[in-house]
Amino acid sequence: MMSIQPLLEVEGLSLAAKPGGKILVDTISFTLNKGETLGLVGESGSGKSLTLRAVLGLLPRGVEKVGGAIQSGASSAMVFQDPRGALDPLCPVVKQLTEVVYYRQKLSRKASRAAALELLDRLGLPDSLKHTDRYPSQLSGGQCQRVVIAMALACKPGILLCDEPTTALDVTVQRQIIETISALQKELGFAMVFVTHNLAIAAAMCSKLCVMKEGRIVEQGEARALLQNPQDPYTQMLMNSVLPVPELEGSV
Amino acid sequence: MKPITIDSPTPRNGKTGALSRLWRTPSLLAGSIMLAVLVLLAVLIPLISPYDPTKQDLSAFLQPPSAEHWLGTDQLGRDLFTRLIYAARTDLTIMVLAEIIPFCVGVFLGMIAGYYGKWLDTVISLITDTFIAFPFYLIVIIVAFASGAGQRGIYITFILVGWIVFARVTRGLTASFRRQEWVASARTLGLPGVRIMLRHILPNVLPQAIVVLMTDMVGLLVAIVTLGYLGIGITPPTPDWGTMIFDGQPFITTAWWLSAVPGFAVVYTGIALSLVGDGLADLWRKK
Amino acid sequence: MIRSGRTLTKSAGTASYRWLATAVLRAAAVILLVMTAVFFLIRIVPGDPAKMILGEYSTPEAIARMRHTLGLDLPLWEQFVRFVKTLFTQGDTGNSIIAGTSTRELIAERAPVTLLLIGMACIAAIVIALLLATLAATQKDKLLDHLIRIFPTVTLGMPIFWVGLLLILVFSVRLRWFPVGGIGEGWAGTLHSLALPAITVAFSQIPTLIRSLRVQMLEVLESDFVVTLKAAGIPGRVILFKHVVRNAALPTLMLLGVNISYLIGGTLVVEQVFGIKGIGSLLFTSISNRDFPVIQGIALYCAIGVVIVSLLIEILSWWLDPRTKGTS
Repeated sequence: MMSIQPLLEVEGLSLAAKPGGKILVDTISFTLNKGETLGLVGESGSGKSLTLRAVLGLLPRGVEKVGGAIQSGASSAMVFQDPRGALDPLCPVVKQLTEVVYYRQKLSRKASRAAALELLDRLGLPDSLKHTDRYPSQLSGGQCQRVVIAMALACKPGILLCDEPTTALDVTVQRQIIETISALQKELGFAMVFVTHNLAIAAAMCSKLCVMKEGRIVEQGEARALLQNPQDPYTQMLMNSVLPVPELEGSV
Repeated sequence: MKPITIDSPTPRNGKTGALSRLWRTPSLLAGSIMLAVLVLLAVLIPLISPYDPTKQDLSAFLQPPSAEHWLGTDQLGRDLFTRLIYAARTDLTIMVLAEIIPFCVGVFLGMIAGYYGKWLDTVISLITDTFIAFPFYLIVIIVAFASGAGQRGIYITFILVGWIVFARVTRGLTASFRRQEWVASARTLGLPGVRIMLRHILPNVLPQAIVVLMTDMVGLLVAIVTLGYLGIGITPPTPDWGTMIFDGQPFITTAWWLSAVPGFAVVYTGIALSLVGDGLADLWRKK
Repeated sequence: MIRSGRTLTKSAGTASYRWLATAVLRAAAVILLVMTAVFFLIRIVPGDPAKMILGEYSTPEAIARMRHTLGLDLPLWEQFVRFVKTLFTQGDTGNSIIAGTSTRELIAERAPVTLLLIGMACIAAIVIALLLATLAATQKDKLLDHLIRIFPTVTLGMPIFWVGLLLILVFSVRLRWFPVGGIGEGWAGTLHSLALPAITVAFSQIPTLIRSLRVQMLEVLESDFVVTLKAAGIPGRVILFKHVVRNAALPTLMLLGVNISYLIGGTLVVEQVFGIKGIGSLLFTSISNRDFPVIQGIALYCAIGVVIVSLLIEILSWWLDPRTKGTS
């Protein structure tokens, strides 16, 4: 699994709020190899999402990079926490997806649409989407998230950045989305950075974990090893805050 | 994704007086200074200018600006600068006086509608919707005309239509406060509605209403001037910016400043009031 | 957000139709109230209309006769019944005292120019405001943004007739691009001569529009979907014009609907400045002639127009916004 040249290398990254210069992410480093999944876990406000945005290269207004370097050997695409917010509410979903295919894969308009429909198929979205113009508000949260994932895949990313992709969804849908993402990863072989505060999901998805607190990485390592034997008091606290997950020990 | 909260720079210690807060809100400071200059001029004009604002001197008509007449003279030989400042006296006084009753009535009705809700709210909001359906200038023109030109007409007009803005703003705010827990807890304690409104809601609603008052005064001033221009506001020879603009209109090609300068005076006052309004809004938001 | 207080349910389609019915009913109620208000408009203000028509020094007999023609000698309720009757049989507020013809005809004759002017002003306001707000939002905190942000503060206090005068001075008198006043020949002439008045009317709306539109744009520019599109590598201009502007335009339309009443009022005044023979000039002629039925008629038609236009805009934006349709 380990290759010599990592796909993504974050080295001493620091982010700060522009006026006042309050440090939001403090000199964090991690690497990501081909086909690997790295989990960023921690409570909200710990800088996980900002780290993702920095890797994506699109920091929110008012935040700037004040130190460190990000070296990436592949293009990245992102899946957001709130799928409805991640889609233009006034644009039919098929049209949005087609647009991404058109500009990313440089196909003709017609071919783009065909490719877009194929992607929707692959993500298991119903056929009714294709014939009528459906808007994001007319889709369920899970369907929206599948469209967002399709849009990310249309970019043919080497790295998929997932920002709590299941948090805003119904519990029953969460698992389906996670399984879809896993299956796609096996098939297409992209690497992932997966932000979550759900340790069970982190354990299931990730091969490596970084535990973040107040902008710092307090602990990182192999996922299973880290979860079985947390060293940092904060990680231990996080572990204790969830009900024990029985499969954790025995599974793969 | 959680919104990123950016802490404001550390508050300075010690200085919390009104004066230092004024310094830290530049728009409030600038607006206040602009208003103060205008008011001071309006008060002191008899001492500054040797001219009478209404006395005609046909031998000196339509003079361009000079050392003697700072802004020149109008078609009847009256000093433009003197008339401009005397007009400020007229217009600003009416502006302030005509806002008092609508402000009080609007805030009162808005609070009642927002607090008691139900049918009272429906009735008051239907009434405001009806008033709003009439174009502001249409209703102002008709009422001002029907109640006779001059200051009385202006006052009647604004008592009739001016309260709506304040009622709308306070209604919305009161309704949102009412839903908050501290009001609910005060109610369960058995405090009477009047007391809750006066002691708890009014102080929270008033700042916003005052900010609205500042912009509304700009609108009112513009309306007073418009009525003057249309000949159904302040009657000559009382100096007023609107009538001055109208009087200058025939000379727009030869002496454009006759119409332009009074307009700039309105714009100046408008900017000053907006700045004060923006500044106050900033100030209260920071607190 | 400048949405009206009603919240639209996302779930069932029937709920949104119930919303539609409520909106229509409410508009109808307001129109009835407007009619009543027009009746009382002349009666609540001090002064005897008959005396105002005939002047201070008319004989008591002449005043009594005038009161009779106007129906002012009847009890108030009977006056109201008569008023409502003419309203529904004749569709207006009676006949003009001066011209003798029905107020409806008089208004219909003048309406086209005014309506054209209002339409042009709306288009000008939306185009200019969208353009400036887009510039300001994309250049946030740069010089251009600051200039555009100062613009509403400066223009808020500008009397609309004065803006008209300055525009005449610059564009008609000095540059000779437009006629000084009146209406030109033919379609091209009409549009040409209405351009400057339309810009003047639009000018009164632009500050409010820019202020809220800029905030709206910034909000949209920061939203997740713009980040998604950016991350997907869609060119900035496509995101801006196909997605951001569209999302910001809908609330602008709503805001213009809320302000339509101010826009109409401004138009009446601006007609006076440019010497356009529309509803505005009819209003002022009727005022100087003390022609009460015509004044009432203008007030009535304008107010009903405002209610209907704002209802239509509310329905239009409801229809354009897929978020209100619900899942099906």
